Amino acid sequence: MRGFLSYVKRNPAFGAGFAILIFLILFSTVGQLFVDTQKGPYALATMPNLPPGPGHIFGTDRQGRDLLAVMVVGTGLTLEVGAIAGAIGLGIGIVMGFVSGYYGGIFDTIITSMIDVWMSIPGFLILVLIASTFRNIRLGVLEMGLIVSIVSWAGPARAIRAQVLSMRERPFVMMAKLGGMGSLEIVMKELVPNLLPFLVMSLSQSIYGGIMASLGLEGLGIGDRRNPTMGMTLFYVNYYSAFLVGLWWWIIEPVAVIVLTLTSLVLISFGLDEIANPRTRRGL
Amino acid sequence: MTLQYFLRRVVFLFLVIWTAATINFVLPHMTGRDPIKEMLMQQIASQGRKPAEAQTIMNLYNRLFALDKPLWQQYITYITNVAQFNFGFSMQQYPRTVMEIIIARGRMTMPFLVVAIAIAFVGGVWLGAILGWNKTPRWFSNIIIPPLMVFSSVPQYLVALVLIYFAAFRWRLFPLGDPYDKFLTENWGDPKFLASYAYHAVLPIMCIVLVEASGWALGMRAMMVTVEGEDYTTFAEAKGLKPTRIFFRYLLRNALLPSLTGLAIRLGTIITGSAVAENYFNYNGLGSTLGTAISTFDYFLLYGIVLFMVVGIAFATFIMDMVYPLLDPRISYRAQRG
Amino acid sequence: MTDNKVILEINDLKTHFHVEAGIVKAVDGVDLRLNSGIKLGLVGESGSGKSTIALSLMRMIRQNGTISGQILLDGVDLLKLSQEEMRRVRLSQLSMIPQGAMNSLNPVMRIGDQVTDGLIDHGQSMNKKEKENIVGELFKIVELPPKVMHMYPHELSGGMKQRVCVAIAISMRPKVLIADEPTSALDVVIQRQVMETITRLVNDMNLSMLLIGHDMGLMAQSVDVLAVMYAGHMMEMGGVKEMFADPLHPYTIALIESLPILGSRGVFKGIPGIPPSVINPPPGCPFHNRCNRMMPEICPVQAAPYREVKPGRWVSCHLYN
Repeated sequence: MRGFLSYVKRNPAFGAGFAILIFLILFSTVGQLFVDTQKGPYALATMPNLPPGPGHIFGTDRQGRDLLAVMVVGTGLTLEVGAIAGAIGLGIGIVMGFVSGYYGGIFDTIITSMIDVWMSIPGFLILVLIASTFRNIRLGVLEMGLIVSIVSWAGPARAIRAQVLSMRERPFVMMAKLGGMGSLEIVMKELVPNLLPFLVMSLSQSIYGGIMASLGLEGLGIGDRRNPTMGMTLFYVNYYSAFLVGLWWWIIEPVAVIVLTLTSLVLISFGLDEIANPRTRRGL
Repeated sequence: MTLQYFLRRVVFLFLVIWTAATINFVLPHMTGRDPIKEMLMQQIASQGRKPAEAQTIMNLYNRLFALDKPLWQQYITYITNVAQFNFGFSMQQYPRTVMEIIIARGRMTMPFLVVAIAIAFVGGVWLGAILGWNKTPRWFSNIIIPPLMVFSSVPQYLVALVLIYFAAFRWRLFPLGDPYDKFLTENWGDPKFLASYAYHAVLPIMCIVLVEASGWALGMRAMMVTVEGEDYTTFAEAKGLKPTRIFFRYLLRNALLPSLTGLAIRLGTIITGSAVAENYFNYNGLGSTLGTAISTFDYFLLYGIVLFMVVGIAFATFIMDMVYPLLDPRISYRAQRG
Repeated sequence: MTDNKVILEINDLKTHFHVEAGIVKAVDGVDLRLNSGIKLGLVGESGSGKSTIALSLMRMIRQNGTISGQILLDGVDLLKLSQEEMRRVRLSQLSMIPQGAMNSLNPVMRIGDQVTDGLIDHGQSMNKKEKENIVGELFKIVELPPKVMHMYPHELSGGMKQRVCVAIAISMRPKVLIADEPTSALDVVIQRQVMETITRLVNDMNLSMLLIGHDMGLMAQSVDVLAVMYAGHMMEMGGVKEMFADPLHPYTIALIESLPILGSRGVFKGIPGIPPSVINPPPGCPFHNRCNRMMPEICPVQAAPYREVKPGRWVSCHLYN
């Protein structure tokens, strides 16, 4: 823990990102104690078009949602989608990356070409196709996370493969091999701990990717239109032309939350990159 | 450039297009239902589409996909059609073909997209090169970098929303939508039309430039710092070269190569991002047509636009891969780019 | 061939780097004299500050470093020059053969252009034909075929690349040539060939050279005068023959004893212990904690002055006070 604190001190980018993320998580959990999560974030909860003021400190939207409740619940939902997509994407990426990098040979050839082709197709378009083809399925948080993870594995897989490849030749892995450790044992006991900062960085990157993709889909109107996620909120902002009727708070609030969320994730992976790749340790 | 490198890239190009086309084919089959037929039925029921017309679309659809034939034959028919850019008819705007719509709408999107990407890349690389140069005062970097980090991490449509609200709605500096003035007719030879097109394109271009140039500036800056640490830069300084020569011929020239690779990789994200942003701008181009196709369940149009974009991006990447070896003499020795 | 004129004089050179943990005194008060036409070898372990001296002479240390003292090149104090004046001195009067042969050439520029761009930035103008002539002449001196000028670095072997660097370094006949471990990145056979080329052309062109390295054996064959550095300080200097025949400083003695001798199969004698930290270094002689003739009452307390004990022979040790 003390190591963590001293690290944050030396690495302000990571510290700032981490602080923002904690703030957002607190906002969406502790915040639930202060708002009506049952009715508040849904249409017709209260009077529409109210500017921020007493009673509704974040104002209300055109369909009468309490925007404070929307922000509290929506931040949580959006982070959840990202966490699901990030975890699944990273999981697949780890398996692919380790198999490809550690065993090499035919596995490597197949997996790398899969990664190359997959990364050359704009993943977002594939998501649009999938999500609109299966649109009779209700796209809740879990479903959205699952769909988005389809595109979030290739990046981590490629990066992890490269890391494993370089690490495979390091002396301590050679020593472990000479010492008669099995492959799986070496991967678990030697490679994974050494790659830990790198894996955490990949996780925050794929959460970022997941949130970006889900925001994009929802921005096109794909997703559960009842769920008050950040992407859906943006969709409604556009759908009801919030800027034409002057509901500025309805625009500023989700934009602020999304900027904070994405920036915090980028800062975190930027900071972790310094531990994961000491060569780039040069400071801002 | 070796022949092998060229052939590799060609094969890869076709592999990418083929994979995308196959996904397009497989997806509707995976639902176990027929979303297209369902949609047409719904249209007859709710929107009063004439059953005869729906039947015509239905027949065209059957013929296009050879639905009465076995699956493998359907697949071959489909791939052959796609290879000829034949994506069938729009279901909402029948009898217009999907390709007609793509061309009509793409004409609106392509020019500003190309201009925006060019400005963003050149501007971003320049800014990054200056930020990463060790002769640049430190306070300058300290002021510029934080906003760059924010802009580079948010999606384009977020910037779009803010731009629309302030620049178009509050200050009325720019129009609120449409690719050109409603009172004009599309005529690319008419300077008045061109002026109107350019005026309407300012905000969408700014939106792409702000987001993408920030990302490239940060990437380029990091590359400059790396190149500054290389032995050849030290030796260049020991040779008593002028700082400007070191900047252009040694630092910029070497840092530019990975940035170009970055451009190729990022192209897909930029184009899809701008497609979403078009919906917010209410800009009647290819991106907002994609949005309309989604919300009106126009599957032919949707699949057509997606595949068209995949092919377009794949070709653009391919061209970049062909240009790259001209700038990097080492390329023929490398197995792959990157 | 030596006219005893001092071409390079370094007085009390201090190069300090300011880092979070304190001040790194990489070079801490070094005096050095290089006579015209002489090849001076500067040896020391890695971290002893010998490469920092080279970079300080070129005024090319990193931004967090400061240089103080005097560097007189043919009477001109380099530390007093403006940036632009210093740039003009590099290559034309003071030039350097770099350490990392493998990466010292710009990978995306043809070799010929990398040889001539330095000349152009020092005010020489030339057309294509003249360019080829100049580069061809230089390549003849370093024994490279002329066709190399149209190639890119990745098409050359390590030895060829280093020869290109040598050609660049001598292209303006500098007053002093600094060679910072010029062959360390090459394999042994090539090392020898490149070193022979360098020594030959330095003799032929009557250049003065500062050769930096850690290989005492290589030094013995290539230089006239030898200087030994340790932890940022100068320990001993003298003619190379006298130094080997009669080393004075215990560190020099240990260094020479650690050389393998052909034919003897005994155990190598290393120097026990490690060099002191150069971040906030302890007082006294920097070598005292590894010295087998350490005098407890003075060595850990006070550093010995660096003084001439006999003509041309300098040493920094309390044993000779």
